[in-house]
Amino acid sequence: LQEHPVKSIERVVRDSTPSNPAQRSGVTRRSALAATVSALAPGLGLIGCTKTSAFHAVDVTGAAWGRDFRLRDPSGRERTLADFRGRAVLVFFGFTQCPDVCPTALTRAAEVMRQLGDDGRRLQVLFVTVDPERDTPELLRSYTHAFHPDFLGLWGDLDQTAAAAREFKVVYTKVPTGSSYTMDHTALSYAFDPAGRLRLAVRHAATAAEVTQDLEILLAA
Amino acid sequence: MKLRTRHLIVAAALFASAAAFAQTTVQDAWIRGTVPQQKATGMFATVTSASGGKLVAASSPAAGVVEIHEMAMEGNVMKMRAVPGLDLPAGKAVELKPGGYHVMMMELKQPMKAGETVPVTLVVEGKDGKRESVEVKAVVKALAPQHEGMKH
Repeated sequence: LQEHPVKSIERVVRDSTPSNPAQRSGVTRRSALAATVSALAPGLGLIGCTKTSAFHAVDVTGAAWGRDFRLRDPSGRERTLADFRGRAVLVFFGFTQCPDVCPTALTRAAEVMRQLGDDGRRLQVLFVTVDPERDTPELLRSYTHAFHPDFLGLWGDLDQTAAAAREFKVVYTKVPTGSSYTMDHTALSYAFDPAGRLRLAVRHAATAAEVTQDLEILLAA
Repeated sequence: MKLRTRHLIVAAALFASAAAFAQTTVQDAWIRGTVPQQKATGMFATVTSASGGKLVAASSPAAGVVEIHEMAMEGNVMKMRAVPGLDLPAGKAVELKPGGYHVMMMELKQPMKAGETVPVTLVVEGKDGKRESVEVKAVVKALAPQHEGMKH
C-alpha cells in the first residue's frame, strides 16, 4: 500500500514538536507548529489538486490523528465522537469574537445542511472554541444557534482545548490587539464519516456546493 | 447586470458631484450582527478617496476599541492583524470585505442587532497630511445570512 502523503506531513509536524512535555509550553511550540503547518500548506493544496480523488477536500482517510475529542457541550455534558455515530460530523475550530472566517465557515456549514435536504439530519456540525476564556457555554450556544439550531458548540478548559487542537493538528495563538486580543487559528473544517472515521480536511475556500458533494459521498457509503 | 452598470454610472455621477465637498465616500457599510455576550465584530464597506489617501483610524460610540484589521490565510491558518493604515489610491473603490480588510470593533457596548444602523467614523489622511473624518451609518446584517449562496 502506498504511503499516504498526509502521513509524511504528519511525521514532519511530529518531528518538529519537542517530545518532552515540559518543553511544550505556550508560544514557542505553537509558533513552531504554525510555521510548520504554513510551510506544508502548499503541499496540502497540491494533494487536493493532483490526486485523483472523489472528493473536493483533502482526503485524509487513515490518518493517525484527529481520532477523537473529549469536550463539553453548552449544557456541560461531556461529548466524544462516539455520541455522533451514524451521522457525518463536520468539525471547525474557531472563536466567537472572530469577524470573518468563523461566521463564513459556519454560514457555509448551514448552507450545506440546507443543500443536503433530508440528509442534513444525518450531519452534525460542531464548533470547538479555541478561546474558552471568553467563549462561555451560553455564548457558544447562542452563537452556534444563530447559524443553525442543530449546531453544537464544544468547549474545554485550557488543557482540554489544547489537547483537542493537538489531536486535530489545529494551531491557535493569542494575538494581543488594542486592549484585548484576537486569535490566529487553523481554518480547516474536518469531516468524519458516519462510522466515526476522519475522512476529509476541508479548506476555507471550498464552496458550500463542494462540501455538500463530499458529504453526500460520505453519507452514501 | 445592465441595470447594475447603470446604477454604477448614476452612482459615479452622484459621487463626482459629491466629491467637490467630500474627499472620501463610503458605500455599502455593514456590520456583522452579534449575539449577547459577543464582544467583537467587523464592519465592511467600500471606501473611495477622490484624491487618494490612507484610512488610518476608526471609532464608534458602539465599541470601546476600533481598529483597521487585515485578515490573511497563511496556508490554512487564519491570521488577523491591526494595520497602521490602508492605502486608498485616488479614485479607486477599495473594498473592505470578508477575506481581506475590515474595521474591527471590539469591546462592544451592546449586541449588534440586525436592521439597526450604527454610527462609525472613519479617519482618512490625505497626501497633504490633512485628516478628514467621514461619518458612516453602517447597517447591521444578521450574524448568519439566511440562504445566502457562498460565492468565491
